[in-house]
Amino acid sequence: MSALEKSPEAAGGTPLMTLGGVSQVFDTKAGPIRAVDNIDLSINPGEVLCLVGESGSGKTTAARMAAGLARPTSGQVAFDGTDIWSLKRNDFTTFRRSVQYVHQDPYASLNPTRTIQQTITAPLFKHGVVKSKKEAAERAAELLTKVDLTPPENYLSKYPHQLSGGQRQRVAVARALTLDPKLIIADESTSMLDVSIRISVLAMLGRLRDDLGVGFLFITHDLAIAKYFGWRGKTAVMYLGRIVEFGPTPKIINAPTHPYTRALIDAIPEPDPDLTKTKGRESLRSLEIPSLAHLPSGCSFHPRCPQFEDGLCDGAIPELTTIRSGQSAACHVVARDGVPGVGEGGHPDGPGA
Amino acid sequence: MADATIPVSAVGTTGVSRFAGILSSLRRSPAGFIGFIIVALMVLITAIVPFFLPDVTPNVKEILLPAGSPGHLLGTDNEGKDVLIQMIGGGRTVIFVGFIAAAISTALAIVLGSLAAYLGGWVDSVVVTLADVFLTVPQIVLLAVMGAFFKLDSPLLLALLVGGLSWPVLTRAVRAQVFSLKEREFVEAARLLDLGTIRVVFVEILPNMASFILMNFMIGVTNAIYQLVGLYLLGLAPLSGANWGIMLNRAWIAGAIFNDASLAWILSPILAIVLLLLGLVMMTRSLEEILNPRLRDR
Repeated sequence: MSALEKSPEAAGGTPLMTLGGVSQVFDTKAGPIRAVDNIDLSINPGEVLCLVGESGSGKTTAARMAAGLARPTSGQVAFDGTDIWSLKRNDFTTFRRSVQYVHQDPYASLNPTRTIQQTITAPLFKHGVVKSKKEAAERAAELLTKVDLTPPENYLSKYPHQLSGGQRQRVAVARALTLDPKLIIADESTSMLDVSIRISVLAMLGRLRDDLGVGFLFITHDLAIAKYFGWRGKTAVMYLGRIVEFGPTPKIINAPTHPYTRALIDAIPEPDPDLTKTKGRESLRSLEIPSLAHLPSGCSFHPRCPQFEDGLCDGAIPELTTIRSGQSAACHVVARDGVPGVGEGGHPDGPGA
Repeated sequence: MADATIPVSAVGTTGVSRFAGILSSLRRSPAGFIGFIIVALMVLITAIVPFFLPDVTPNVKEILLPAGSPGHLLGTDNEGKDVLIQMIGGGRTVIFVGFIAAAISTALAIVLGSLAAYLGGWVDSVVVTLADVFLTVPQIVLLAVMGAFFKLDSPLLLALLVGGLSWPVLTRAVRAQVFSLKEREFVEAARLLDLGTIRVVFVEILPNMASFILMNFMIGVTNAIYQLVGLYLLGLAPLSGANWGIMLNRAWIAGAIFNDASLAWILSPILAIVLLLLGLVMMTRSLEEILNPRLRDR
């Protein structure tokens, strides 16, 4: 049913991680909330998958399910081809070590009572990676060097409160690297950092991606960051718990097909004022984001969508269908008519390539 | 408890520099340092000085001497025994029972409370129900009943009894704290690194509430001392030997408060107890600075 399963990359070798028809429903007093509704994703070894969406779109819930921190209400989370929730204890431990998570808030993700060295060496000791204290200290120094905290001796004996936000986030990344993971889930990992720090942390992550061959599930609300980090990977755009568009990052940025993605791209300010004027923004019909507890019928974007067609869009939930090679969108109108505006020069090269 | 709260660092800190660090943090808060000195002095005096003092012997010729009498600085009691010597020697059982009982109840509270919160499910239900049962039983009545059945002459037995009854309040407080701490992201990170339940609870979570636990340990010591003295005052524990509780009991029964001359007799154990508890409470301030890295580095 999903366009992903047909994609050539997934057809060869086993993907590192697949989310198949995964949903997460939270029961609340206001009724069930479908935080994540039937999404399919797959990440190949060493690949970057960006998950983009606004607040409340279910990005973090999806990431937590991928990390095995939350059990999906329905659907399957598979690692190396096997459902993680059917794994035996030992195999689950292997999965745990292979998938690491870098949290959004570096002020909350490091234990304030432990020094950086204690934080980094604890997993090394626990899993027998190192034998002696000396070896552990060397390994910790090595990891800190990898995340650009040099010289490492300056940081090892520090407590988190003595470090800046960017330094803390680097420590969190170093900790995620301790057990040589195959996949790192970065949940808005740079969103709490200053802009100047953000770019250097992103550059550091990019280097790890290239040097260590680690796969990334990179979650962000900022398309510019997805563009910067995931240019060679893929991007999935989420809206209210569903994936509305999926494809290689350059295509999503430069030639978006789904009206929601187009609105997101249009909302990015251009440095060139002339370009901004000619950009031809499509205005949304409403700026209000519907509540997850009372999702609109049919396509959940229809109350805001500029291409809304009565009777079509509020009827059935659109499925993710291939629009162009490798790029798929969940939109009735686009699936029927193709992409409007293409050929009118609406989106030349995306934002400041 | 010290082992759980101050994990030994891998490198960088040697035992000596850590000890020096503790000393310097102790000095940083004047109130805390004074408290520390009061407690240290009282513990030392009650532990060592009695060996160098003469035994108190009943003396019918010198009963109920007022304070300031020659040879008896704080006067004598109704058997003619010196009050000062009794006061100095009378702290041993009280301090011992206070600390041991608080250690027992704090240890129980830490283990039960944190595991209940972290594991949840049936473990949580069992612990909470047990705590509720212990909370509902009126302790002084239970102690009275126990006192009737068992011979409570061993300080260790007294400590076990007092400590074994006073864990529920702290258990529920620890449980509440762990409930909030376990949702913190650094705990999640530790779980993702598969550090193991015991490690996550006792190394990652508990040190974050070290000062809270320590405060409660000190409160536990004061409560245990009050309970013990209460037991003696009510005559529920055997009145053999001499300690502050027994002094109070005898002075009270002899009607010392109605006699100007024997005021020092009844006031001296009270003064000793108040001074000790004051020192303990003041000391907590400094200990908090030692355990909290954020305060330590100021």
